[in-house]
Amino acid sequence: MQQKDVLPMKTEPADKRVAAAAPALNVTGAEAVIRSLIAEGVETIFGYPGGAIMPIYDALYDFQDQVHHILVRHEQGATHAAQGYARTSGKVGVVFATSGPGATNLVTGLADAHMDSTPMVCITGQVAAALLGTDAFQETDVIGITMPITKWNIQVTRPEDIPGAIAKAFYIARNGRPGPVLVDITKNAQVAKADFNYKKCDYIRSYQPVPEVQADAVEAAAALINSAKRPYILCGHGVLIANAEKELIAFAEKAQIPIASTLLGLSAVSVDHPLYVGYLGMHGNYGTNINTNECDVLIAVGMRFDDRITGDVNTYARQAKVIHIEIDAAEINKIIKADVAVHADAKAALQALIPQIQPQRHDEWLQSFRVADQLEKEKVTQAELYPQEGGLKMAEVIRRISEKTGGHAVLVTDVGQHQMVASRYYRFQDPNTNITSGGMGTMGFALPAAMGAKVGVPEKEVVAIIGDGCFQMTLQELGTIYQSEIGVKIVILNNNFLGMVRQWQQLFFDKRYSSTEMINPDFVQIAKGFYVPGRKVTDRAEIDAAVDEMLAHKGAYLLEVVVEREDNVFPMVPAGAPIANIRLE
Amino acid sequence: MQKEYTVTVYTEDRIGITNRITVIFTRRGINITSLTTAETEIPGVYKFIITVLSDREKLDKVVGQIEKLIEIHRAFVHEDDEVVYQELALYKISTTSLQNGNIEQLIRDNNARILTITADYFVIEKTGHQQELIDMLKKLEPYGLIEYSKSGRVAIVKWSRRFHDHLKALASKEADNFKAVSH
Repeated sequence: MQQKDVLPMKTEPADKRVAAAAPALNVTGAEAVIRSLIAEGVETIFGYPGGAIMPIYDALYDFQDQVHHILVRHEQGATHAAQGYARTSGKVGVVFATSGPGATNLVTGLADAHMDSTPMVCITGQVAAALLGTDAFQETDVIGITMPITKWNIQVTRPEDIPGAIAKAFYIARNGRPGPVLVDITKNAQVAKADFNYKKCDYIRSYQPVPEVQADAVEAAAALINSAKRPYILCGHGVLIANAEKELIAFAEKAQIPIASTLLGLSAVSVDHPLYVGYLGMHGNYGTNINTNECDVLIAVGMRFDDRITGDVNTYARQAKVIHIEIDAAEINKIIKADVAVHADAKAALQALIPQIQPQRHDEWLQSFRVADQLEKEKVTQAELYPQEGGLKMAEVIRRISEKTGGHAVLVTDVGQHQMVASRYYRFQDPNTNITSGGMGTMGFALPAAMGAKVGVPEKEVVAIIGDGCFQMTLQELGTIYQSEIGVKIVILNNNFLGMVRQWQQLFFDKRYSSTEMINPDFVQIAKGFYVPGRKVTDRAEIDAAVDEMLAHKGAYLLEVVVEREDNVFPMVPAGAPIANIRLE
Repeated sequence: MQKEYTVTVYTEDRIGITNRITVIFTRRGINITSLTTAETEIPGVYKFIITVLSDREKLDKVVGQIEKLIEIHRAFVHEDDEVVYQELALYKISTTSLQNGNIEQLIRDNNARILTITADYFVIEKTGHQQELIDMLKKLEPYGLIEYSKSGRVAIVKWSRRFHDHLKALASKEADNFKAVSH
């Protein structure tokens, strides 16, 4: 069955949406939920109905021409889809789930969005207020469960409180360092009636989302940068969240400072930019890692010094003065002590910094990255990207996808070896085209996240790169892809192993492959069962044609590539080791 | 180095805020030794006074993560010399012990007072620092102590003027700009 490439979203008549958001007398709480979402500009909801949220689904029925609901196959899929949607569209992802198991199934996605600063509003149904605390059918303390993994959450038990709670939820989710918010609405509040009058929230007394840029901090940072011989920029997710890509590049160009990227910072700067020197962390590039311990001023922008970046903190960048530009005060001095902390939004901070930076050249310093690249190419990259014999390499598959999409596709990766390989070798050109689970490392993220990403930017090619283990965690979302006609391209890099765990077992556990080998099903046949066409490739000679076929296909497509079974990702910094101990083989 | 610190947290009046704060200590395996909370002089603003045994560096990070919570105004870590603090203890003693001669002197020497007397027991109250209250407990034990109950810490911060002026300025504003969600 032929699928459409683009989701058939009806364009909502703007006047109709305005009317829905206007004040209304005596409407049910459930209707107030939908009207509130429309007032916040919500067009897409990922969700799954159930007993305690049925009144809200009933209200949704009357607004189907204004809000598009995508029925997922598991609530976890709804959260990851909302994450993918939020990260490509820049809007807040919205999720509906019922009480009890519906709500607990959101936990992984909430935690993931919390770690990776993704704006999301989850609305859960709850048993009637009178039953709270009585162990009623499908009652669970979702507020208690999600407290440490949401930016904010609230339970609403009266219809008149619904618009206010939703307004606050959206304000908190999207402002400052973004994050997930959960609004739990008891069934009685959904059914009872109240007057509806929606006012957007733009102020909370105890919360200042965007700190003012401190002029003295900017001056101190500029002084350090102007006197630096080997300055070095680490570009984090905060640059993308703040839409500060242009400012970062202007800043780097003015003083000719090399830029390296964290996993979630990828795609903020084109990999072809002359100042871009590569990817950081455990499986990052060689030069970017070792030069962290060679720079004299480290300028961290919108990143949080994850342990996968720093390795052993006691030996991390000890020689450098550290400038930390960060919107979240709790991240400053949490892992690495900042000599100058600029507590601010990345864009505002960079805008203030640029005029104070003197033009400089650091040719020799930049050259040192190129020298390291040459070594990495000889030891690793060349053989990965252009192997002549032996089993298929993940890297050569990524290279071909990168070439054939011109680096312009949205790349959604799952978690493990394939994720690291894709992050290393896809040649990102455009901001917000790298969607992955960074902080949480959630296997099963990619398939649902890719659907959401595609719905967020239907005009773009969205390619999910998934391992054989990851795919089997959320493959039921093929049902959603079929039903909602979401044209994602799915690439399974199948090594019949939980590859990253196997790599660790090989290197650190004497090759004792404890529970990492997978006897896999026929993935193409599974896809066929969901009416998604596909193809399996085992031969190097077939890859080009197979990737072409996948990209030419209108609608969803699954390409399984059987890759070398016991392949390792290098370079590698062993967990907790100093980054100087980076291994090339 | 581990020692006792006082952490103060200024919050909005919100169900579950105690959970939100304490879970941050739990994550880092810090044991809370006492916790006191009540409304401040600013209506709607609550102050938590928490004592913990921990080290300064860890607590500075904990406080940063507490301040991240939406309904928290500010949170601080204090050394003992930055706060004026007091705790209160009640001691329930069997009335028959009144016949033992020294209890009057004990009450006088410790600035304690008697709150109530019944045929079975009487209740003594004493305020002071924790160690003083524990010392008093030891002294009372020979008299037939039935029950002992001690409060958490209440504390005034020596340098609090500027921050409380800031809070008072906030008091004229609504907690947020829509009709507050109340319970």
